[in-house]
Amino acid sequence: MKAYLLFALKRFIQLLAVIFAGCSIAFVVSHLSPISPVESIIGRVSGQSSYSPEAIKSLRDTLTELFGLNVPLHEQYFNFLRRLLAFDFGPSLMAFPRPAMELVMLAMPWTFGLLMVSTVLTWLIGNVTGGLAGYYQNSKILKTLGILAIAVQPIPYYIVAFLLVIIFGFFWPVLPISGGFAMNVRPAWTPEFILSVLHYSILPAASLVIVGIGTWFLGMRALVSNIVTEDYVTFAELGGVRRNRIVFSYVIRNAMVPQLTSLAMTLGGIFSGTIITEQVFGYPGLGSLLVTAVNAGDSATTLAVSCIAVIAVASAIFIIDLVHPLIDPRVRAE
Amino acid sequence: MFAVLRDLVRYNIEFTIGAILVALIVTFACLSFFSPVDPTQVYLAIPDQPPGAQYWFGSNSRGQDMFWQLSFAFRNTLTFGLTVALLSRILSIGVGLAAGYLGGWVDRVLMFINDIFVAIPIFPILILFYFVMRSNLNGFTLALVMACFGWPYDARLIRSVTLGLRHREFTRQAVFAGMSPVKIMLQEHLPYVMPIIFATTMANMIWSIGLEVTLAVLGFTNINIPTVGTTLYWANNHSAMVVGVWWWILIPVIIVVLLFIGLFLLAVSLNEYIDPRSRLRRMGA
Repeated sequence: MKAYLLFALKRFIQLLAVIFAGCSIAFVVSHLSPISPVESIIGRVSGQSSYSPEAIKSLRDTLTELFGLNVPLHEQYFNFLRRLLAFDFGPSLMAFPRPAMELVMLAMPWTFGLLMVSTVLTWLIGNVTGGLAGYYQNSKILKTLGILAIAVQPIPYYIVAFLLVIIFGFFWPVLPISGGFAMNVRPAWTPEFILSVLHYSILPAASLVIVGIGTWFLGMRALVSNIVTEDYVTFAELGGVRRNRIVFSYVIRNAMVPQLTSLAMTLGGIFSGTIITEQVFGYPGLGSLLVTAVNAGDSATTLAVSCIAVIAVASAIFIIDLVHPLIDPRVRAE
Repeated sequence: MFAVLRDLVRYNIEFTIGAILVALIVTFACLSFFSPVDPTQVYLAIPDQPPGAQYWFGSNSRGQDMFWQLSFAFRNTLTFGLTVALLSRILSIGVGLAAGYLGGWVDRVLMFINDIFVAIPIFPILILFYFVMRSNLNGFTLALVMACFGWPYDARLIRSVTLGLRHREFTRQAVFAGMSPVKIMLQEHLPYVMPIIFATTMANMIWSIGLEVTLAVLGFTNINIPTVGTTLYWANNHSAMVVGVWWWILIPVIIVVLLFIGLFLLAVSLNEYIDPRSRLRRMGA
């Protein structure tokens, strides 16, 4: 138990380091800009109508102060870190004066739900079928699945999502291809709304699952086909242990551990996939918010989404790592 | 080297298919050097012509011959993928060899940084880059940024191999012979790591090209340089699917999917080649 707590503490320090580094990179990148956000807003505002030079000057002063650009860069950085603790990223430009964080919080549940459901489904289906394919190497169905997995696995999220939109939008319009829920349903905790949300999430989730499954299938098949040749498996077979028991409790369980580690390592990539999938399906999550914010030139919201993404992904990895020792006794002992 | 290739072709159908696919697409991309048209010009061809004798891949709504347009697009995309792969290989070889051979606190610090980079979701950061650079973001800058994020997985892989090499006889001999650590890493250990580097180069190219396509489709790169992503961006921009110009989308998608499958098969077969157990099983030994 003490070793586990020490391990958790070590991982927690690492979590803080990841969040710190990620948010710092986001801050540095957003302040590298050759284009000042203040000037670009002034350009946009004064392009629409003419203002007196005094009005523009006072606008410039106000905006500079609003963005906190009136202090030296290192002070801006400390201000940023201090406000990060309170999740305060300043007002958003596109929905002024609503705080950027409020927009992020509105979008968050959508992304979180979509990401969680599709990742869990992908991981379970991919690993179980992959494990079976590794164990029953002569099954025709599983062999075909393997070829399919190789063909689909390297395709980027965007293209699969796009193909689904084409299929279900033009050729066979049975599923909604855009939005988070039906227009005529009021967002509340009613069965009608929940059903609508589920209905609308089928295609985005399906595209994430289709792309993701291949990786787990192939990884698990490779792992299992190595484990199958181990002595203890042969021994169990000779000892007359039931096949199902061998596959699930002897083989797949052992192979699950490295797959869990790689789930933690690929979570960042899966998140990137969710952003693009949301954009394709017009799903009201963080990804759509990020794209809208970039197109609207809203630096506060862009920075907020980036930082929240870093924090969310890092925390998810942290949680997976904490579960890890509970599954693998070897890590617990370390 | 030749014998290795011969064995791979003979015993590994995946390698053969992958090599053929990649070679075909590279040839197609190289045709752009002999192109009669300038890819940045518009309305040079009759718009919206379906694939036929005059325009092999049809022409798009911007009046461009899709055959030459795609040839340029794949040249740029492949160059981009290779640039990212080469740059990030340099980083991952450096970090991996140093962490594995030197060990101690060097290893701990490097792997700590490594773990941080693995956990950072790169896509929002790339969008942030586009957000501040806008049209100043050219292909090379983007490649440089992606290379800075593309090294950690492979660095860890290289480190794990070097860890094993460190306690081998020949390393100790080299140390006693007075070789400097840098020389040991580059001359003694690097050759052992080379197969992994080849395999990860393919995987890295899939990753970077996929990200580039994704960014470009959203319009978050320089949209005037023809790449696979920007081709799709312009197709969406002109609602190609609604108007019925399906070849504008379908042909690039098919070719890029073939490219991905080719690279993936190459990576998988090289990985398998590295692992002697699976190689022996394949050869029927």
